[in-house]
Amino acid sequence: MSLSALSKPLPGVSDWSFDLIEEYHDVIRATAERFQLDTYPNQLEIITAEQMMDAYASVGMPVNYRHWSYGKEFIATEKNYRRGFMGLAYEIVINANPCISYLMEENTMAMQALVIAHAAYGHNSFFKGNYLFRMWTDAGSIIDYLVYAKNYVAQCEARHGVDTVEALLDSCHALMNHGVDRYRRPGKLSLDKELARREEREAYLQQQVNDLWRTLPRRTDKAEEDTVKRFPAEPQENLLYFIEKHAPLLEPWQREIVRIVRKVAQYFYPQRQTQVMNEGWATFWHYNLLNTMYDDGWLTDGIMIEWLQSHTNVVYQPPVGHRAYSGLNPYALGFAMYTDLKRICEHPTPEDRAWFPDFAGSAEGQPKEANAWLPTLDYAMRNFKDESFIGQYLSPKVMRDFRLFAIRDDEAASEYEVSAIHDDSGYRALREALSHQYDLGSREPNIQVWSVNLRGDRSLTLRHTQHNDRPLGESTREVLKHVTRLWGFPVHLHSLNLEGEVRQQWTVAPSEGT
Amino acid sequence: MTRQHIIDRRLAGKNKSIGNRERFLRRYKTQVREAVQRAINGRSIRELEKGEDISIPKRDLSEPVFHHGEGGSREVVHPGNREYVRGDRIGKPQGGQGQGSGQGDASDSGEGEDDFVFTLTKDEFMQVFFEDLALPNLVRTALAEVPEWKSQRAGYSSEGTPNNLHVVRSMRGALGRRIALGASSRRELHELETQLAALRAAESGDAALAHERSLEIEHLEARIAHLKGRIQAIPYLDPIDLRYRSRIKVAVPTTQAVMFCVMDVSGSMDEQRKELSKRFFILLYLFLTRHYEKIDLVFIRHHTQAQEVSEQDFFHATETGGTVVSSALMLLDQIIQARYPSNEWNIYVAQASDGDNWHHDSSRCSEILAQKILPLVRYFAYVQVAQTEQNLWDEYLTLSEQHRHFAMRKVLDASQIYPVFRELFKKEGVEA
Repeated sequence: MSLSALSKPLPGVSDWSFDLIEEYHDVIRATAERFQLDTYPNQLEIITAEQMMDAYASVGMPVNYRHWSYGKEFIATEKNYRRGFMGLAYEIVINANPCISYLMEENTMAMQALVIAHAAYGHNSFFKGNYLFRMWTDAGSIIDYLVYAKNYVAQCEARHGVDTVEALLDSCHALMNHGVDRYRRPGKLSLDKELARREEREAYLQQQVNDLWRTLPRRTDKAEEDTVKRFPAEPQENLLYFIEKHAPLLEPWQREIVRIVRKVAQYFYPQRQTQVMNEGWATFWHYNLLNTMYDDGWLTDGIMIEWLQSHTNVVYQPPVGHRAYSGLNPYALGFAMYTDLKRICEHPTPEDRAWFPDFAGSAEGQPKEANAWLPTLDYAMRNFKDESFIGQYLSPKVMRDFRLFAIRDDEAASEYEVSAIHDDSGYRALREALSHQYDLGSREPNIQVWSVNLRGDRSLTLRHTQHNDRPLGESTREVLKHVTRLWGFPVHLHSLNLEGEVRQQWTVAPSEGT
Repeated sequence: MTRQHIIDRRLAGKNKSIGNRERFLRRYKTQVREAVQRAINGRSIRELEKGEDISIPKRDLSEPVFHHGEGGSREVVHPGNREYVRGDRIGKPQGGQGQGSGQGDASDSGEGEDDFVFTLTKDEFMQVFFEDLALPNLVRTALAEVPEWKSQRAGYSSEGTPNNLHVVRSMRGALGRRIALGASSRRELHELETQLAALRAAESGDAALAHERSLEIEHLEARIAHLKGRIQAIPYLDPIDLRYRSRIKVAVPTTQAVMFCVMDVSGSMDEQRKELSKRFFILLYLFLTRHYEKIDLVFIRHHTQAQEVSEQDFFHATETGGTVVSSALMLLDQIIQARYPSNEWNIYVAQASDGDNWHHDSSRCSEILAQKILPLVRYFAYVQVAQTEQNLWDEYLTLSEQHRHFAMRKVLDASQIYPVFRELFKKEGVEA
């Protein structure tokens, strides 16, 4: 279609229609192409508020296996929505190929346009571009895999009873965050392959397990017994993987379910690490796309006012101490950072040149149409996660704008200490602290499989390495019960500080675990 | 680029979460059950049928994960600094609550330790309530399986028996048919007659013309005679004109029930005992609403004399005096005879008493019941809200051995009502 600028604006009505969405979508797409946004094909779906809540409740996926916790989520979401505590999210977008964006029936045309720009072009290009997503998720097969998972879990429920499966899923969910590979690339999931290989794998796994737990030990020489082999040879960080492969008592179908939960956890792993980047990117793009469309004469003032109001709410950052304060708003922070990156490219200050010599002023003096700032933003979007993105790109200006300050809470001290604020001496420390705050490795306890007592009581020993002397929380024992349920034999957990002293320890016997 | 598609999913996949909701309710069955029981105790007869808020302590719902606890050292970045400079110290909140003011890994709900409250829909509420219950000796005519039939008019049909012939309808049809079939002939007849009259009127002129005219008249007359014959040949009444009154049979489920609440209000029945009885009535009422569209409630209270009263008076007016149970049973029988013929009504009786009765009266009660009332009612439930067994209890006991649809229990505490109800209406399959 031709994109003659300053043509007749798109109808500024509030009720949407399919044709109207198509029209808007065409213009948004053409605008996005001008900014070279590289996306998966888009699939827009109109859904009702109730379906939106459905999707919400099952962690944003269109299909998922059944579990009570999703029912709980649904009930909570529905309650808040009905009472008007919460507007439903603008959008749910699914990292799949084609990329599915949900448009809610109740939205006005302006909101639909906003959602299309935000989800179908912002998030979508992020999913396709960011290295974590490229490395960890296979957008082409996730829906198929979830269909497979749903059917498999349903089959297991039919065969082994809802309660048994539920208990198993509970245990797996408890370890979900510790069921991801952090450094290895998993094989791609595909429905056909999964199905074909499942049986083979089940048989093979069981055989391996049997081998490991051979009840009649092979006759061994004395010498060999002295050098009792450590198992596992090295500590393992992926607890679910270890359990799937080595838990002595699990049946093949149980291993498969552990695997399913593990795969789903792995799929969400990149999302957990790129909140600020992802939301910021999508927000940045809906803001820019819609504004460009306005400049081109496509949007009426009414539409502008409406989405801008919504945009403003989304990027609002309540200050600490405010009633609505609950930590940094990833939309606000991400949006501010990308916007500031663009500014640094176009209109750098001396401070920016000192901080970001690589790209400050890279778009200076170029014609506006060249969008010379694009490569910088594109690079920033592709090659980082929240932790490194903040570490690399958080500018003094954004720190000042947000009036960021860091507070140190030391158990030994009687008071909190303000360790850095938004001033010259504090910028670097502040940036480092914030970057750290988004590091999953420091947010979640570092727990690894340490050893298995192969010759004795078959107990499993986990080891927690304390970060900054932070102990484990009160739910540890409950989680260990779940581990015991999966493992089938006693489970120990030792929590060590950096000096290697055991500070806390737990032991759960199988009888407690059930 | 290919044309993008917008998919309308609104009609597809509704209630996707229903399976998850079921699993949730299943998991918290105990709590749900308890809440339902509480609700039943707290509500009054007619407003019982609605949803109920269930609240479950948050900690029971939590899904534990490994997370950091209090202690150690941490650094947290906050926005919105107004007054602090580096090195400032801020006092920690007292009482060991030190939550690091809005911590990054604080509780994900942000709502603290409130209970998780959600609403059980009316249907779910009733489902829990009536789970695995079925009416004992439920006479099948009462419900859908073998419905009653009612003959009902259903317009007219072209087939039927002579006694259902509808004359007016049939004649109207015949008339219409005759008009329709004869229309063209009559039109032609009319034209020919006009021509004939014109020819006859012009009777002067020469012989050749006169001859020609007479020939034409002859021709016309022949044609007219033919047409008249045709018109006459149209039958006055044809079998296809016949219309019969059509009657069809419609299944009428018996949807009405009457529930008699009989209660002793003599001096020995104190407030607490009345309260117990009330719960019992409520439960039966609720159960009936599940099965019948229309339910009449009749309240009979008695001491030495019985009277029919309103619900308000039934539960709240106080009376004193002795007890003659048979008076109530007599009245019950009279009301049934007068207003609730047992072939039209499903009759249920719930009787509550403390078992106290004038001792000469008890055998009479048993007699009235066995001979007059029990043959008419679907179910007779008796609860005694006192421990001591008096002669009424003994008399009833012999009755219950002979009649399956006569049930009796002792109820001493509000918490016992629900189990009693379940026992009274246990699934027949379970009993057998």
